[in-house]
Amino acid sequence: MEGEDRVTALQARLAEAGYIAERSLSASLLLFTEMQRPLLLEGDAGVGKTEIAHVVARVFDCPLIRLQCYEGLDVNSAVYEWNYQHQLLSIKLLEQDKVSAENAEHAIFSKRFLLERPLLAAISQPQSPVLLIDEIDRADEEFEAYLLELLSDFQVSIPELGTITATSKPYVVITSNGTRELSDALRRRCFYHYVDYPEFDKELRIVNARLPEVGLQLSRQVVAFVQDLRKLDLRKKPGVAETLDWAAALLKLGINSLDAEPQLLLDTLVCLLKTREDSIRLEPFEVERLVARAL
Amino acid sequence: MSGAALTSLEDRQLAPFLQTRLVEFVRLARSNNFQVGVAEELDAQIVALKCGLGSSMRLRWGLRALLCSDQDDWQRFDELYDAFWHPSNVKSRYSNAAGGRAKKRPEARSPAESTRQEDIPSSDADSQCADDSHETPGGGGTREGASFTASLAKTDFQALTDPDEMRAVEALVDQLARKMRKRAIRRQHLSKNGKKIHLRKTFRNSLRFGGTPLVLNYKERIKRQPRLVLIVDVSRSMSMYSFFFLRFARALVSVFRDVSVFAYHTQLLPITEALRQTDLIRVRNSLAMMSQGWSGGTRIGESLATFNDKYGQILNSRSIAVIVSDGLDTGDPGYLAMQLARIKPRCRKLVWLNPLLGRSGYEPVSQGMQAALPYLDMFAPAHNLNSLQLLEPELTRL
Repeated sequence: MEGEDRVTALQARLAEAGYIAERSLSASLLLFTEMQRPLLLEGDAGVGKTEIAHVVARVFDCPLIRLQCYEGLDVNSAVYEWNYQHQLLSIKLLEQDKVSAENAEHAIFSKRFLLERPLLAAISQPQSPVLLIDEIDRADEEFEAYLLELLSDFQVSIPELGTITATSKPYVVITSNGTRELSDALRRRCFYHYVDYPEFDKELRIVNARLPEVGLQLSRQVVAFVQDLRKLDLRKKPGVAETLDWAAALLKLGINSLDAEPQLLLDTLVCLLKTREDSIRLEPFEVERLVARAL
Repeated sequence: MSGAALTSLEDRQLAPFLQTRLVEFVRLARSNNFQVGVAEELDAQIVALKCGLGSSMRLRWGLRALLCSDQDDWQRFDELYDAFWHPSNVKSRYSNAAGGRAKKRPEARSPAESTRQEDIPSSDADSQCADDSHETPGGGGTREGASFTASLAKTDFQALTDPDEMRAVEALVDQLARKMRKRAIRRQHLSKNGKKIHLRKTFRNSLRFGGTPLVLNYKERIKRQPRLVLIVDVSRSMSMYSFFFLRFARALVSVFRDVSVFAYHTQLLPITEALRQTDLIRVRNSLAMMSQGWSGGTRIGESLATFNDKYGQILNSRSIAVIVSDGLDTGDPGYLAMQLARIKPRCRKLVWLNPLLGRSGYEPVSQGMQAALPYLDMFAPAHNLNSLQLLEPELTRL
């Protein structure tokens, strides 16, 4: 049962680093680190996808490089860019020194003037970093295709400088929120893990691990309340991040049981309900019902 | 249990037998619409070695991470895994195409026979494939695209393959695609007419003049066609028209780069991928498979709610949402209005095409339609090719 032991060991190390993971997630992560294949994480917002990359970096004690994707992300902001201002200045200086044009070009397009962006940085580290490519679905298809190429060859070609081969193979974590369908090619190249909302026990452990000062009684109530809230027909379901926010808010306000101060409690619900419809939908009597169930 | 049998043996000795089983499993996954191929058959061997065969849970998780590629796969995987590795425990409702262990049932079922069918596009060509499917009583039957209890006439989609009609629609869509107004997105490219200086290019060119930027290069934002989101009603009241719109949708999918198509009846399903297949017969089969069990009244409100909850994120400020329906709804009109109110602010334009509007004397008086009207940017007839052609200037202007 050696395999199982290693999963348990990794699970414990993740917990030590502050991330409560199910065994199946630990198993996926173990495989991901052993085979160094990109890991594609999907799931609703606020279930801790991004946090997984952070904790893997902490557990394996390697740097984390993050690339936040957005519409219009291009090679210049993702891979490399030349430092133009710097280059212009040095051309002027070279002119004064009467350096030949060819030598000047050579000097200017050297690594000194190259600004590394996340992807280039990730493959030129002395030690394998964790590369987090966040919300890949926000970037467009062209970028996705480029990324595929990079992830298979692990080299970047810069016309002025030549090909830069990876000195380190990063652990790539990709997250997606489903604003766009990802290509099958990308999906196939990656391991896949679907991150769901945590069950009661797991969420309770997360709250206790992150905010030990909340105390067992309140954390139990908070988690029960949020778990029930997720079952309602809301536009935006609260994620784990919201649970933690809310618990922290209650702590700040000195509320130590959900039924202590009903009015104040209603005011704190802004931590959980993030749209106008949802806050209208959840009427005070419904809150009372949820509180009663949570106690 | 095979899990226990695995633990008792050494990895290396087991290899040939296990290799075969793993390949069979990957093929079973493929025949159940997992996006896997030969590469995964090889990777599965590595995963099995890494995971160690001693632990069946780890192998399950490892193969799940390897073989799944979206949420739907993720939710189906466990059942598939159990059906294959622990066949005695689970009544399989998965087609056993790879293993060949299941009894073959090569004869096609009559449509009335209520068996589950999995969507195997290649089943026509591949005589190996035998849909071996058992009814699982109760529950579990709600999964989209995979299994429904009742079956429905495939004839709705039959006319999809008529070549002449197809060409006419394709011509129209081509025209539409050319004229569709493009909008700027944030990605930029080199352009003579641009207003911003393209520093990189300018600088590169200035080298010729010893670093003095004599020739300036400009950049501007790339323009792109809007994203089209088509939601087609394929209920019985629409059956005269639905094949026509699906043909239109198929042409759109092949010409536009950014189109998503959904079909709904009592539930809503994404059908873009099904339409994208090049082989028309396969398109028809996939659609027919997906639509099995669709019957009863149209629930526009509920279907749009599904769209909002599960796929709402595909709408952005560049999208045009087109709903094709006759508005004959058995649901609550207030609910329909609520769902439209959710769609409206998330897209650029909301268009409703109603085939009935083409009939003389038709007034949109049905409750559903009345509730919907305030939210629409455009409400137009669309019952045949002509009406769509008339629509073209309107659509391109949006």
